Amino acid sequence: MTIDFVKLFQLIVSSALINNFVFTMFLGLCIFFGVSKKMETAVGMSITFTMVMVVSAALSWVVYQFIMIPLQLTFLKIIVFIGIVAAFVQSADTIMKKVSPTMYYKLGVYLALITTNCIIIAVPLKNAGEHYNFFESMAFALGSGIGFGLALIIMASIREKLEVADVPRPFKGLPISFILAGLIALAFTGFSGLIKL
Amino acid sequence: MSLKPKSNIELIKNGMFGENTIFRMAISLCPSIAVTNGMKNGVALGISVVFVQTMVNMTISLMRKFIHPKIRIPIFMLVIAGYVTIIDLLMATYARPIYKEIGLYIQIIVAFASIFARAEVFASKNKVFSSMCDGFGMGLGFLLAMIVISFFRELLGKGALFGIPIVSGSPLLIMILPAGGFLAVGLLMGFFNWIDMRFFGGKGASGV
Repeated sequence: MTIDFVKLFQLIVSSALINNFVFTMFLGLCIFFGVSKKMETAVGMSITFTMVMVVSAALSWVVYQFIMIPLQLTFLKIIVFIGIVAAFVQSADTIMKKVSPTMYYKLGVYLALITTNCIIIAVPLKNAGEHYNFFESMAFALGSGIGFGLALIIMASIREKLEVADVPRPFKGLPISFILAGLIALAFTGFSGLIKL
Repeated sequence: MSLKPKSNIELIKNGMFGENTIFRMAISLCPSIAVTNGMKNGVALGISVVFVQTMVNMTISLMRKFIHPKIRIPIFMLVIAGYVTIIDLLMATYARPIYKEIGLYIQIIVAFASIFARAEVFASKNKVFSSMCDGFGMGLGFLLAMIVISFFRELLGKGALFGIPIVSGSPLLIMILPAGGFLAVGLLMGFFNWIDMRFFGGKGASGV
């Protein structure tokens, strides 16, 4: 298996910017709106999320290629992938608590939230659907993580300012955040056509 | 809710309006924007959710005495994933054109917070039939939200409903672009909050 670095780089850029999961595919919105109120939580979430994403994509890829395809069990992929993610998050939670309590104290909260994030299940499903090889899946997962982090941090920095803005009462809170996300998404459409895969 | 038992009709109504998944609780938002660029897709996903939610609530409620509380999360996940697989395979066989567009989002139902939350909050503590009603109501609430959002988006963005052209002239292209989804949901949410405040004296529940 040769590694095509140009293709990998293109994959990272395209999944982070052009096909940004939040702004063009609308996944992970619950978390996106949930934790983007403060910069600090947004940064913590993006770091945890990217790590979990890469590892669980790797695990799912191995299981999919070496167990599910030979046994012709690909129709069970939803169950298996969600199982892998849930099991990994649970074990990461336990291990982190034992090995590094300070890190657990900082990032543990986000771990529990991650299982309900749609992106975490969408990435393995897409990897399987597009027949990416191992390195491509890794690049795709990494790019998606970076893209999600980017979206989260942009949103958080705007929402911190929004706290003091004078918003009409019915629009306070979520509705105005949605409109904000719409405007950012509009800006992100400017990236489309940057790279053709 | 377990404090005072509600009748089954009240449960359905509660799911549809009082605790509407999208406009009130603001969870399971991802597909509400992704697939609402046309009525057809929105309705297809809404119906799938009604099915999954009802069946999951029924199953969890049937099994509630046998599930050990410590391992309930993986069990709920597996039950949900099972039903999602059923609907995924059914759609892939019988509704091929729609599946091509929204297949990924059907599979994503597995990570829906609303389904999981209802299993945890309601079905694991209540009788089978009322759990089914609760799930059905919640699903209908979701379906309703999908219909409302996709109605506006398709009408404004393409000048059509269910793919049938209704209004002539140049449509607002932005409404069917990704960005338009966010805008539509934000505006509708604000609108429902306004109605709630103006006519029912509410506080605008979806403001977090």
